[in-house]
Amino acid sequence: MENNVIYGINGPVVTVQGPTDFEMMEMVYVGKDNLVGEIIGITSELTTIQVYEETTGLKPGDPIRGTGAPMNVLLGPGIIDNIFDGIERPLKAIEEQSGAFISRGSQVNSLDDTRLWNVTLKVKVGDTVKGGQIYATLPETPIIEHRLMVPPAISGKITMVKPDGEYKLFDVIATVEDDLGNQHNLTLCQKWPIRTSRPIADRLSTSVPLITGQRVIDTMFPVAKGGAAAIPGGFGTGKTMTQHQLAKWCDADIIVYVGCGERGNEMSQVLEEFSELIDPKSNRPMTDRTVLIANTSNMPVAAREASIYTGITLAEYYRDMGYHVAIMADSTSRWAEALREISGRLEEMPAEEGFPAYLPSRLAEFYERAGRVDTLSGSQGSVTIIGAVSPQGSDFSEPVTQNTKRFTRCFWALDKSLAYARHYPAINWMDSYSEYFNDIDPWFIENTGEDFVEYRNRISALLQEESSLMEIVKLIGADVLPDDQKLVIEIARVIRVGFLQQNAFHADDTFVPLEKQKLMMKVILHLYDKSKEIIAESIPISKITELGLFEKLNKMKYDIPNNRLEMFDDYIDDINNKLSTIM
Amino acid sequence: MLIEYVGVKEINGSLIVMDGVTGVSNEEIVDIKLDNGTVRQGRVVQIEGERIVVQVFEGTRNISLSNTKTVLTGHPMEQPLSPEIIGRVLDGAGRPIDGLGEIFPEKRANINGTPINPVSRVYPTNYINTGISTIDTLMTLIRGQKLPIFSGSGMKHNDLAVQIVRQAKISGANANNFCVVFAAMGVQKDVAEYFRKSFEDSGVLSRVVMLLNLSNDPIIERTLTPRCALTIAEYLAFELDMHVLVIMTDMTSYAEALREFSSSKGEIPGRKGYPGYLYSDLASLYERAGMIKGHSGSVTQIPILTMPNDDITHPIPDLTGYITEGQITLDRTLQGQGFYPPVSVLPSLSRLMKDGIGEGFTRADHQPLANQLFASYAKVIDARSLASVIGEEELSPIDKKYIEFGKLFEGRFVNQGFNENRSIEESLDLGWELLSTLPRSELDRVDDELLDKFYNPQN
Repeated sequence: MENNVIYGINGPVVTVQGPTDFEMMEMVYVGKDNLVGEIIGITSELTTIQVYEETTGLKPGDPIRGTGAPMNVLLGPGIIDNIFDGIERPLKAIEEQSGAFISRGSQVNSLDDTRLWNVTLKVKVGDTVKGGQIYATLPETPIIEHRLMVPPAISGKITMVKPDGEYKLFDVIATVEDDLGNQHNLTLCQKWPIRTSRPIADRLSTSVPLITGQRVIDTMFPVAKGGAAAIPGGFGTGKTMTQHQLAKWCDADIIVYVGCGERGNEMSQVLEEFSELIDPKSNRPMTDRTVLIANTSNMPVAAREASIYTGITLAEYYRDMGYHVAIMADSTSRWAEALREISGRLEEMPAEEGFPAYLPSRLAEFYERAGRVDTLSGSQGSVTIIGAVSPQGSDFSEPVTQNTKRFTRCFWALDKSLAYARHYPAINWMDSYSEYFNDIDPWFIENTGEDFVEYRNRISALLQEESSLMEIVKLIGADVLPDDQKLVIEIARVIRVGFLQQNAFHADDTFVPLEKQKLMMKVILHLYDKSKEIIAESIPISKITELGLFEKLNKMKYDIPNNRLEMFDDYIDDINNKLSTIM
Repeated sequence: MLIEYVGVKEINGSLIVMDGVTGVSNEEIVDIKLDNGTVRQGRVVQIEGERIVVQVFEGTRNISLSNTKTVLTGHPMEQPLSPEIIGRVLDGAGRPIDGLGEIFPEKRANINGTPINPVSRVYPTNYINTGISTIDTLMTLIRGQKLPIFSGSGMKHNDLAVQIVRQAKISGANANNFCVVFAAMGVQKDVAEYFRKSFEDSGVLSRVVMLLNLSNDPIIERTLTPRCALTIAEYLAFELDMHVLVIMTDMTSYAEALREFSSSKGEIPGRKGYPGYLYSDLASLYERAGMIKGHSGSVTQIPILTMPNDDITHPIPDLTGYITEGQITLDRTLQGQGFYPPVSVLPSLSRLMKDGIGEGFTRADHQPLANQLFASYAKVIDARSLASVIGEEELSPIDKKYIEFGKLFEGRFVNQGFNENRSIEESLDLGWELLSTLPRSELDRVDDELLDKFYNPQN
């Protein structure tokens, strides 16, 4: 056993003098309390370790033990409905061990190894298996079937299989003999290094949208399953709120929610809300499909850096089983700041705004782990990344926002002035964009009809037109505009208030099915078309506004329940009738 | 066995470098005895083999390369704690300066604290009635929240903080389990005195722990002040089950002290020269607010910070806003017009508000009313900017109504007396009264049921 001891300490960075046999990115235990750390630099004189816990009290001469393996996570049943810190330590188990405050060096198993799982074996002796193949399944939660896969590096013949029954996490339920005659035990779990993406058979095109039930996202700026989206916004613009809404309502099978350097009270809110919320599709609590990773802002900064990778590795594991996974990272800026902080401790040469020069490549590595794929087990799965960005000083030109823009194809820009006016979600329709239209429009046409795409294009054209008209209004007031332009402003107001604005606390409005979104657009555009005809007859617009139709449409999101879409016909009739009275 | 290390190797700003030190641990406290008999304290901030860097709290004046004897104390910075600490006045490093003698500690706690496990937190939902219309109605303060006041030099943040302390009614709290921890960082003597006198006048002085690091006190000590204050607050809240309101002023001075320390240590600076870890450092303070399972106490924080040049995008308010659960922003123009408290409504926010108001807490119409007030006031600003271009005369009738509403809103809703304590019902009713000056069709954030009940233009 190599006798490695601490030489220097500077914040979360610890050094070892002299040559060591540690490997780059190897996971190590530091000091007498066994704090978790990772090797981040090696020279012949000095080895540098980044420690994932508070380093107060460490002394030069304290031992450092290597584990011989890179920073990895344990993958197996028990991940769903759990809450972990940034390096996959279950916070509930830590609470049982050390109370309400997190003490250092907590030695707890990532997953519960005493719980019995009801396993069904899918292979028999003599079968040839290869990496990624499913060898057993078990119900992890009432709605998620956990599929155990042969670790990617292993293939060969099955030489032993246990019968179906109840097993614990580390029980051996099958063995594989590879071509060289080595025996590999298959248990209910496996390990995977967090900084390496899990292998896949093939990447597929992103042709299916992630349906979120949020109108501004689904119609105006949709994201594809397997895509990546960024939500930048200053504080108080509703990043977290939007992430919560997506986590609650999007049609992914599994949600991985990473609270990276955010508020503790927010995480307890997520915990509380998600366990009370019932998923309408499965009638089960949201927690049955959710994994939480909580590394709040006051927890160690190095673990914050790791939390993003831990999250995406868990997501990829479930993707490989054939699930659609969405990962919400709130916020990637805190992760970038953790990079900057550690880079500063290492005295690396800083690039823009003190961030290390490798920031863009790290961001790219992360976002490239999104995708819709053919898995090794022969099914299809996807990982969709939705990353919040907290630009410093609300300035979108800062490095994290700019670099994130390069690697995501969907950009939901949150706007301070909208948030000030309490227009939520405060996604600015002029600054946001989605590049997925070409990929997923065929899906929309097939599933919601040709008109959905057409309505959306007209709606966004009207908003565009309003925006240029508002430039004039700001200078000279609305009174001087001709009536047809006034109508554009009126109808755009309906689009903004009645359609884009969505109330997350309203029972019906919090999630709106695509069909209702389409009909809402249809009614709004119908009113516009009809009014335009009337104005063409030189009837003043004030006559139309007096009818109260605009106000009625503003409130239709509340007045029409999601399950009574036939009411939209009454709205069309009402518009026709009322308008005919002034013709 | 205590070893005395004689002399130092280097002195740089508030840091001293010593060589040949063994058995030292990270963050350990050292006592530095000067030849003239004075004793200073310092903290080990960096170790490299036998070479250590020590941060001296009282500064390095008078220290030479040879006139010191240094002793390792063997423990990190600790705060002595006991129930008797309530009512005491301490210096910025948590030592008594009121002449009433030492604190006899029941326990000592590391001032850096340990993070609260997110699963052990109780999500805060109990509101604090401050008796101030703008805060109660539009940015409700919640027990266990951290809600900073973003202010500027010369604005009335101190008055506002005092008024909140005096009027705050926490449900479930009474004189026996309510107390205030007041941490002054780099404020002037008379400001600290103003707070002391105000606490005395409102009869809470015996329930206040004051930590004073005044503007002429050592800067490095300033980086300890909030940590000592929060350690005391956590002890009172989570061991003695009290409701603790922590007021920290001025966070800007704290951040500047941190910058000074960082630059003398030769660290690579981030934005505006502040250290790259400013976010993590501020978070390690602000995140110590909250409530935990199994304890009835709570820590609520009201940090006050003066925005340099009133710039909300400056790193200190910016990073603070990303950590805290909302903010109360003060506005110089409103103050100039003579309105008190000069709360700028639109950029202010309370994130925890939505779950602590409404039916069962305040009143069922609270949230829609707040949304409507925000939306309508936002339109006032639009109308004003239009009026500044084309003149108020040229505005459309509806824009004129908004201008009128804006005057009423600022003059009656925002503006209230320093001694005026409005109940939540009064504030909400006033909100409806003002909204009733607008046409009913403009109120698109509230449903018809509420409008039928509360909209009354005759008033």
